[in-house]
Amino acid sequence: MRPELKVDAICQGTVIDHIPAGRSFQIIDLLEISEEDPVMIGTNLVSRKYGRKDIIKIEHKKLTEEELSSIAIISQEITISIIEDFKAVRKFMVTLPDTLRDILICPNRHCVTNVEKIKTLFVFESRDPMKVRCTYCERVFDSNIKKYIKCTHEHHFNHLSQPQPE
Amino acid sequence: MRDLTRADITGIVDLAEKIESKAITINLSGYLAALLFFEPSTRTAFSFDTAIKSLGGNSLMMQSPENSSQQKGESFADTVRTISQYANLIVMRSAVEGAARYASELVDIPVINAGDGANQHPTQALLDIYSIKKTQGRIDSLKIALVGDLKYGRTIYSLVYGLAHFKPELYLVSPQHLQIRKYVRDDLVSLGVNFHETSEISSVLGDADVMYVTRIQRERFSGQYEYEQVKDSYQITARMIEQAAIKSNFRIMHPLPRVNEITTDVDALPCAYYFQQAKNGVYIRQALIARLLGVA
Repeated sequence: MRPELKVDAICQGTVIDHIPAGRSFQIIDLLEISEEDPVMIGTNLVSRKYGRKDIIKIEHKKLTEEELSSIAIISQEITISIIEDFKAVRKFMVTLPDTLRDILICPNRHCVTNVEKIKTLFVFESRDPMKVRCTYCERVFDSNIKKYIKCTHEHHFNHLSQPQPE
Repeated sequence: MRDLTRADITGIVDLAEKIESKAITINLSGYLAALLFFEPSTRTAFSFDTAIKSLGGNSLMMQSPENSSQQKGESFADTVRTISQYANLIVMRSAVEGAARYASELVDIPVINAGDGANQHPTQALLDIYSIKKTQGRIDSLKIALVGDLKYGRTIYSLVYGLAHFKPELYLVSPQHLQIRKYVRDDLVSLGVNFHETSEISSVLGDADVMYVTRIQRERFSGQYEYEQVKDSYQITARMIEQAAIKSNFRIMHPLPRVNEITTDVDALPCAYYFQQAKNGVYIRQALIARLLGVA
């Protein structure tokens, strides 16, 4: 017998699954979501694979490349399911792109990207462990860069995403 | 500096040698360089100015933002784009890290980074490497001690990446608070550079072929207290040099300005090379400008 769903199924949209427990609100923060579209969030759910996980289901939502890149920075274990008529018609894991254009804020407050109105560009020095280099100030940042993903929402939870003094 | 290959560096150094020895004549007549110094500079600004004018070119000098339309609210991008309409080349210094790279994306003419905050100072590194070649007869496989502020000193960041192509053995000598940034240390490991970190100058004096001393830069510290803690960490004196068993080829270099990290009695020693080093900046900048303008 199928266990009861803790988060309702959606008719059409996107399911973001296998989110590290407690990180769903950060992901919500990164997505452009219409105020009219229903969003369901499950947090600290039991997962056979990961112990605990979060899940997000968004009606009518199709993720952009930028959103997929941002999600991949948080965890590459996250899976995306495209839902049509209550069925998953496509399922895939998020992957890191070659470069991160306008995805991150540079943590170096002296960087030109924090002074002028320009898009940041980071390149990967290493994917595992994650290390990225700002192409402008040339500094390298480790996985703590997850705190510096750009937010799309005004009411964001990502309070730390401001350049920090050295 | 990370953009330059070994061949790029040796090509510029070889051209500088030819310019200095007058084995080649370069004519920059009809070329105009805009020298945009948003941060104070003496040596670098004068060196570029001299480099261009002595080859027959001309220059426009802006030594501070107070003299620009940025004071009237013009954006950095508009300033750079406008100036690119007059000049064949832009030389830029800024306290903002990455400013020159950003400027190079805005315009179709070459932009030379003459120092961007605590990030890079690539033309200084090129002249340092030229100075090393002139004094040591080679660039490869030398023991080079980098002394002083290795955290905020932009000349250090450019020099280590430049030297990394030449199999150096580096001694990184600094107080603990001013050690080289971790990611640069990681880069040196991945580039296969052999290096040692220490806080004792005396432990490296006898081994080094070149000692490259940097100023503790007051302007890079957020507070006076932090600066006061480290400002007199190192002082190279004539007595210290005379008592050490230095090699005959040993030279002391410094990007200048010097404050009190090298006492003036060192100036008369044969190993003091920092003033000749500054002169080498003219030749290396001439070589770089000639390359970028396609005239050599």
